[in-house]
Amino acid sequence: MPFIEINNLEKTYKDGDTETRALCGVSFSIEPGEFVAIMGPSGSGKSTLLHILGCLDKLTKGSYVFNNRPIDNYSEKEIAKIRNQEMGFVFQSFNLLARTNVLENVKLPLLYSDVKESLWKGMALKAIEHVGLSHRINHETSQLSGGEKQRVAIARALINDPRIIFADEPTGNLDSKSGSDVMEIIETLNNQGRTIVLITHETYTAEYAQRIIKLKDGRIESDKKVEERRKGKNNFIK
Amino acid sequence: MSFLNSLKTAVRGLKTNKSRSALTILGIVIGITAIILIMSLGKGAQELILSQIKGLGSATIIIEPGREPEGMADFSSMFTDSLKQREVDALQNPNNVPGLEQLSPMVILSTSVNYENEAHNFSVLGAASLVADIVNVYPQTGQFIDDDQIQQMAAVAVIGWEVKNKLFGESDALNQNIKIKNMTFRVIGIFPKKGSVGMFDVDNAIIVPYTTAQKYLSGINYYHEIVVKARSEAVIPQTVEDIETTLRGLHNITDPEKDDFHVVTQEDIAQRVNTVTSILTVFLAAIAAISLVVGGIGIMNIMLVSVTERTREIGLRKALGATNKDVLTQFILEAIILTVAGGLAGIILGSFFSFIAALILTRVVGSGWQFVISFQAIGLGLGVSAFVGLVFGLYPASQASKKSPMEALRYE
Ligand SMILES: Nc1ncnc2c1ncn2[C@@H]1O[C@H](COP(=O)(O)OP(=O)(O)OP(=O)(O)O)[C@@H](O)[C@H]1O
Ligand SMILES: [Mg+2]
Repeated sequence: MPFIEINNLEKTYKDGDTETRALCGVSFSIEPGEFVAIMGPSGSGKSTLLHILGCLDKLTKGSYVFNNRPIDNYSEKEIAKIRNQEMGFVFQSFNLLARTNVLENVKLPLLYSDVKESLWKGMALKAIEHVGLSHRINHETSQLSGGEKQRVAIARALINDPRIIFADEPTGNLDSKSGSDVMEIIETLNNQGRTIVLITHETYTAEYAQRIIKLKDGRIESDKKVEERRKGKNNFIK
Repeated sequence: MSFLNSLKTAVRGLKTNKSRSALTILGIVIGITAIILIMSLGKGAQELILSQIKGLGSATIIIEPGREPEGMADFSSMFTDSLKQREVDALQNPNNVPGLEQLSPMVILSTSVNYENEAHNFSVLGAASLVADIVNVYPQTGQFIDDDQIQQMAAVAVIGWEVKNKLFGESDALNQNIKIKNMTFRVIGIFPKKGSVGMFDVDNAIIVPYTTAQKYLSGINYYHEIVVKARSEAVIPQTVEDIETTLRGLHNITDPEKDDFHVVTQEDIAQRVNTVTSILTVFLAAIAAISLVVGGIGIMNIMLVSVTERTREIGLRKALGATNKDVLTQFILEAIILTVAGGLAGIILGSFFSFIAALILTRVVGSGWQFVISFQAIGLGLGVSAFVGLVFGLYPASQASKKSPMEALRYE
């Protein structure tokens, strides 16, 4: 049974009189535990698709079934809960809270969960350790490098132990070393059974995935299983 | 999210944006401090004036010559000689005005007064013994003028505290001779320090028998006014009517429009003063309103500047699982905390400054000034700043919470 299923998904941005069709009928499904990479030229609608899948934006037309239930059937509160409990986001532009330290940033999703407050710090420290930033807990995020920021974002995405992680070009702003570090972490998460949907430009990043969906002009150009999944990080060269 | 956590989040949000919070609070503090101070001064002035008028005794009625002045510049009504001994006699007839207990014709002048080498200008009041009762001040040493002295047009004077100080300094004044307009008067009484009663500055006044004042000091055959004490407050309306009927009869006046006198009661004066002080209060309130607006614009500015950042923050929080309610609760709590903190600081500061002002004014105007805190001012100040804070803090927040998380995150 698919975890995520979309059918004829369309998204049109309206800005005054101008309309931009970002997605024009996209259909596919994702099974639990899959690692899917989404590729395509700039402006092809990758981010738009990811935001809709992550319930961060509304779709214009078509259907979206999450966990066997159409997304329209969830209440605002239930969707908030899904975003909090089942999904983790890693944005292309980090989206960390300004003037706030690493620990507080990572703790943020716990604030909206049912987890007891006494456990928060321990969980946050563990997630930070997971991304190798234990030495930076009390740093404000503005003092971090791009790679470190992205790892904070990943720790934040992990904290509620989500079933699916959406990552929008997590390595886009990073050098190859930080990029491969980040990809290692994401791969581990997938190995632990989490579903991963990852947007990337780079073929070698896409090679971590089991399946690559290529978008062009808001439509699926190709949707292929990767025959031989790359092993180890030795192929990661930039 | 629990309420406690919402509260913590709000506090953390305020701490994270220290300068924004501080500036917002400052706006509220300035607005509230200003309005409390201004309103307190206005009220203090009002109460001071009213308390002085009340000091005249509520059963007092004053008859003035001429018709009631219609405005500040209506001089034609003054300086008429319609009140003479004939009128006094008619009023004193119990058949005419049964409610009248006592009256005192008044002759008022301002002239130079000498003692040895000291010379000063004072107001000299020709009056009967009733005046001491009405002003409620009796000589500390010596005694007041009695009816015999009035009958005999005696050259005796009771002097106020300041008059004594200025003319005699430390030395004894009782039974000394002073010269009022070159006529020698014997000081028979000295008032204690009293301040002002009504518009009458007791400390700087000299009281002599009205008969003496009329004949020797002014050389007039009429009185400047007649002060009447009614038997009780309850009979005042009837007494006023009787006075009017008596004087109209005496002067053959049928049309009240043509009255050549007018009667003023305590109530009238209080009302007149109330009108004046109300205008004053409105004027002060307008100034206070301006300061509130200034404070409000400050708050508004700060809130609006941060809309972009806050909208993104809302987008992020929603992306991480916050519900609209969570987000709005946080923002409402932030606004409430700011308003309460700023409000309290403003109330404390405003009260403090009002108190200091009251201390200074007490020195300037005498003991009559009171420290008053206007609860309307506090309410108004808090209300306006809370309103501004809520509107300009919450409106963008509620707009942002209606957006999808991504729309909010992208907001510019
Ligand atoms: N908020 C928006 N308002 C209007 N048009 C938008 C908006 N966001 C995206 N678009 C348009 O939708 C199309 C798809 O945008 P999207 O961001 O999904 O592309 P992308 O594939 O993620 O590109 P990139 O690789 O550069 O990130 C583009 O033509 C873009 O201009
Ligand atoms: Mg994109």
